[in-house]
Amino acid sequence: MNKHMKPSPVKKSHTVRRLMSYVGRGYGLRFILVLMCILVSAIASVSGSLFLGSLIDDYITPLLAMDNPVFDGLIRALAMMACLYLVGTICALAYNRLMVVISQGVQKKIRDDLFGHMQELPIKYFDTHAHGDVMSVYTNDVDTLRQMFSQSIPQVINSLMMIIVAFIGMLTTDLLLTGVVIVCIVCMLTVTRVLAGRSGRYFVRQQVKLGDLNGYIEEMINGQKVVKVFCHEEEAQQGFNKVNDALFESADKANKYANILMPILINIGNVQYVIIAMAGGALALSGIGPGITLGVIATFLQLSKSLSNPISQISQQLNSVVMALAGAQRIFDLMDEPVEADHGKVTLVNVSFDKEGVLHETTQRTNLWAWKVPQEDGSYKYTRLAGDVRFDHVDFAYEEGKTILHDISLFAKPGQKLAFVGATGAGKTTITNLINRFYDIADGKIQYDGISINDIHKPDLRRSLGIVLQDTNLFTGTVRENIRYGNLDATDEEVEAAAALANADDFIRRLPQGYDTMLTGNGANLSQGQRQLIAIARAAVADPPVMILDEATSSIDTRTEAIVQRGMDALMCGRTVFVIAHRLSTVRNSDAIMVLDHGRIVERGDHEDLISQHGLYYQLYTGAFELE
Amino acid sequence: MKKKRGLTSCIKEFWRDTILTPIFVIGEVAFDVLIPLMTAKLLDEGVKAGSMAHILQYGLTVVAMALIALLLGALSGRFAARASTGFSRNLRRDMYENVQKFSFSNIDKFSTGGIITRLTTDVTNVQMAFMMVIRIAVRCPIMLICAWALTFTINPQLALIFLIVIPILAVGLLIIMKSAHPLFERVFKKYDWLNNVVQENLLGIRVVKSFVREDHEKEKFGKVSNEIYMDFSKAEKIVAFNMPLMQICVYACMLTVSWLGANLVVGGQLTTGQLTSMFSYIMMILMSLMMLSMVLVMIIISRASAERIIELLNEESDLKNGPDPVHEVKDGSVVFENVSFSYAKDPAKECLKDVNLTINSGETVGILGGTGTSKTTLVQLIPRLYDATEGRVLVGGVDVRDYDMEALREQVAMVLQKNVLFSGSIKENLRWGNKEATDEEMVRVCKLAQADPFIQEFPDKYDTHIEQGGSNVSGGQKQRLCIARALLKKPKILILDDSTSAVDTKTDALIRKAFREEIPETTKFIIAQRISSIEDADKILVMDGGRIAAMGNHQQLLESCEIYREIYESQTKGGSEDE
Repeated sequence: MNKHMKPSPVKKSHTVRRLMSYVGRGYGLRFILVLMCILVSAIASVSGSLFLGSLIDDYITPLLAMDNPVFDGLIRALAMMACLYLVGTICALAYNRLMVVISQGVQKKIRDDLFGHMQELPIKYFDTHAHGDVMSVYTNDVDTLRQMFSQSIPQVINSLMMIIVAFIGMLTTDLLLTGVVIVCIVCMLTVTRVLAGRSGRYFVRQQVKLGDLNGYIEEMINGQKVVKVFCHEEEAQQGFNKVNDALFESADKANKYANILMPILINIGNVQYVIIAMAGGALALSGIGPGITLGVIATFLQLSKSLSNPISQISQQLNSVVMALAGAQRIFDLMDEPVEADHGKVTLVNVSFDKEGVLHETTQRTNLWAWKVPQEDGSYKYTRLAGDVRFDHVDFAYEEGKTILHDISLFAKPGQKLAFVGATGAGKTTITNLINRFYDIADGKIQYDGISINDIHKPDLRRSLGIVLQDTNLFTGTVRENIRYGNLDATDEEVEAAAALANADDFIRRLPQGYDTMLTGNGANLSQGQRQLIAIARAAVADPPVMILDEATSSIDTRTEAIVQRGMDALMCGRTVFVIAHRLSTVRNSDAIMVLDHGRIVERGDHEDLISQHGLYYQLYTGAFELE
Repeated sequence: MKKKRGLTSCIKEFWRDTILTPIFVIGEVAFDVLIPLMTAKLLDEGVKAGSMAHILQYGLTVVAMALIALLLGALSGRFAARASTGFSRNLRRDMYENVQKFSFSNIDKFSTGGIITRLTTDVTNVQMAFMMVIRIAVRCPIMLICAWALTFTINPQLALIFLIVIPILAVGLLIIMKSAHPLFERVFKKYDWLNNVVQENLLGIRVVKSFVREDHEKEKFGKVSNEIYMDFSKAEKIVAFNMPLMQICVYACMLTVSWLGANLVVGGQLTTGQLTSMFSYIMMILMSLMMLSMVLVMIIISRASAERIIELLNEESDLKNGPDPVHEVKDGSVVFENVSFSYAKDPAKECLKDVNLTINSGETVGILGGTGTSKTTLVQLIPRLYDATEGRVLVGGVDVRDYDMEALREQVAMVLQKNVLFSGSIKENLRWGNKEATDEEMVRVCKLAQADPFIQEFPDKYDTHIEQGGSNVSGGQKQRLCIARALLKKPKILILDDSTSAVDTKTDALIRKAFREEIPETTKFIIAQRISSIEDADKILVMDGGRIAAMGNHQQLLESCEIYREIYESQTKGGSEDE
């Protein structure tokens, strides 16, 4: 089953903390500056409105009493206000722009971290997760953060400030009535928690469904040719509608609960106003409440207004906050996927021989490699990289209980060409998956130059192996860049030499821009065979001591293949080669051929041996002729 | 000429919700205005006057009003959610519908990543903007106009001050929008690119890992990621001027009103009480403008998104049914008349040159040729995956462009070189060939394609789950499942594009034997590398450099065609010695 990226049941507070840690890292100072700017701008606007109140009483009313009004005082007051507003506006501009940098910076950092982490995940993850779903995290989930950072956070902080100011005002006015307000606030918080919780659940679901939709589109567009060939447009549409409807349903519910919150909070605020008026009125009129006068109540009611206004403003931002938390949860889920385990301590280094013929590590490129094996006493032992690969009774299952390989034992001496043949599904590709540790097996069962491959640092192990895979994947870029992928330091001459070796030079030169022709969409403008030739050139330029060719020439015509093979044989002279092929002409000249059947090696030997055995190999080899 | 499609047609289904939302919002706003009036009365006539009766009377009125306002608000929120999410659902549906019609060149134009961004990120932007428009963009202007109208009732001259600010505000906003828009357009293009880089990595992760190019990829990704950061920051920094601009306008009004108001008060044309209420209305205007600025930001962003959506909705497929299409394919005969083809539609880059070919119904045609000699290109013209640049392709005596595309493709089954299986069970994958296929039929075609034996070995047999792209079956198994899937269609023409390359020779022979015996009347095109796969064909085409270099049966070609003989010898040399 394709695994969905299931939302994990982590606490929201945990998600918030991790998000804030992103802000803290690298943007801590700026964020403090933002907070200060918000503070100043909030103070400016609050004191602006307070000032406005006193303007009439303190500056305008006295003018009325004068016979010859002097406006100096008023002008001074207005100038002061103008300054205040100016400062407020400048701060608002400053925090808005700073927040953009923080918000985009955090998003960038998260994307980069996601990608970095994704590169470390085991192959199994990629084999079992919908690609489009993963892509959705980078765009849709990261995007949810944008709205929250650039609008919601400043707004919420601003409103919180106003709430605090109002609340302090209340406390100094009357404690008893403040109690009434606290009860109302508790009510509001409860409603908010319930609704935001419900809305949050659906927002998480919405982001999951959005990922599903992404996955569906990605898979279908990749298979568009098949869809067309089978006139499957209608079914594909139906399948899409199903995913789309599920997304609609969760999005609708999520937004519904979020939208309902605002009117509820506003009107709880209204009711609170009435309760204060009634309770206060009753207390004051009956004379029970000590110190409660009608004037106190009037002031209090004004304060309660300035308390509920910011609350409703916060509630307006709630859906983007809740949605961002849902997105963040999916982001962190992906970041928490366990990475490929690598406990390997053995590394691959360049070496040179000294006069006594002893290996020494060197930083120069010597084309001579050795395994640097740490010893218990802290020193290192150097073993020359030779390409000796041994399997010792290897069993393997991708899934528990479904064993694919049974008791595989084999050895390849440096310089040997080892071939795997067998019916489809016999487990040939699986063997190569184990050599380069795309999948891991029990320690010690596969040895490379006498070292258990589990002890070898993974990147170094893979660097020593060249692989041409069954499914060719090229990257967007020029032909030259694609070949150079095998060895980033390769010169243009080396790239072209590798292409010539793979017999790709010819057709590449005939492309519109030769080696500088752009390849897009996995080399969509090339034929399957041409793509394989480029993949072979890519592996050839890497020039590794061990090469694995997994159906590397399956789409190449036999004449071209023969040329490629001659080139490869020259290149791989003295190195170990593993070949998987159905085409027996590809494997015939191997030193040893392993015939696999249902995950077991049933025959082994060279071509002549196997033909004379008249076993499965013989049947496979002559099968086509036998039938006639 | 087709009418250019806009976004409005997608609102239609939810027109009720779309209209109800602003109506309820208007009701909400009415109470937003009424409730403060009532609470003011409660304060003045109740509390300040010390009348418990009035407190009770107005208090209960306010509570009742609050309840109604709550109901209205909840309803508007509810309908707004439905209208906007429904709108976006329909948008996605319509977009996908159009994508389905795309030819490959259409898809290449947008790229997979581009299509995905448009269907998700862009639609989400538009959805959010739409929801804001029907709620807040209705609420704020009404509040704004109400507040402004009220300032008029106090003093028309002072109210006119706002008119001076409006053009300044408008020009400012226009500049912001104008300069931010192209940046947002760029940002979303970068998103497409980002999607493509991630997708490429997901697909090619084995290559990345085996060449230990993780750091190289991170660097590549970092570049895109950084460009998005740069462009988006730039765009949003411009947008950030929005709120301060509005603030400064309102503050300027406030100061002007204070000054002029003070003069009026001194002159006796205005009371201080009136000036106080004037100020509170200005605050209301400020509040509305602030909220409106948030909507505006969303609209600026989503405008770029909306344009991208419209672009996709209006993209016309290169391949379309002609007028009055033919719905029936008479037989499986295929004729190529002077066919030339170029992917780039550029005669200088032709990959098929002047191909002439006549194949009778029921014949088996083998196609052989070196790498890159346009074998695949040739057969892809038959089910009209592409149109010939010059000349014409006839199937059953009719130009393929005159067929209803679906009718044509129903009769032409093609097993592609790059086989694709979809996530789902084996049965579900097979049913692509024929929705109504019974279990027996499926087993029958799988036996023909030699797929039954390995399917039977799976624990779940025909219900075995296939991962995306078929990653849990081997290459040869995938090929055989794809052949079975094609056979279920019972086509008049069957094309196998190198689709037994990963199948061993014995199985390959069994498959061909089954073809010969079970579907003799179907025309079969077989592209292969192995001569053994095609040597018993009625006609064998040898392709070279986009032309048919030779045509004939095995024997004829052995005698007359040097390329063919060379291939044959290279493939049989080793084998014949041993026998």
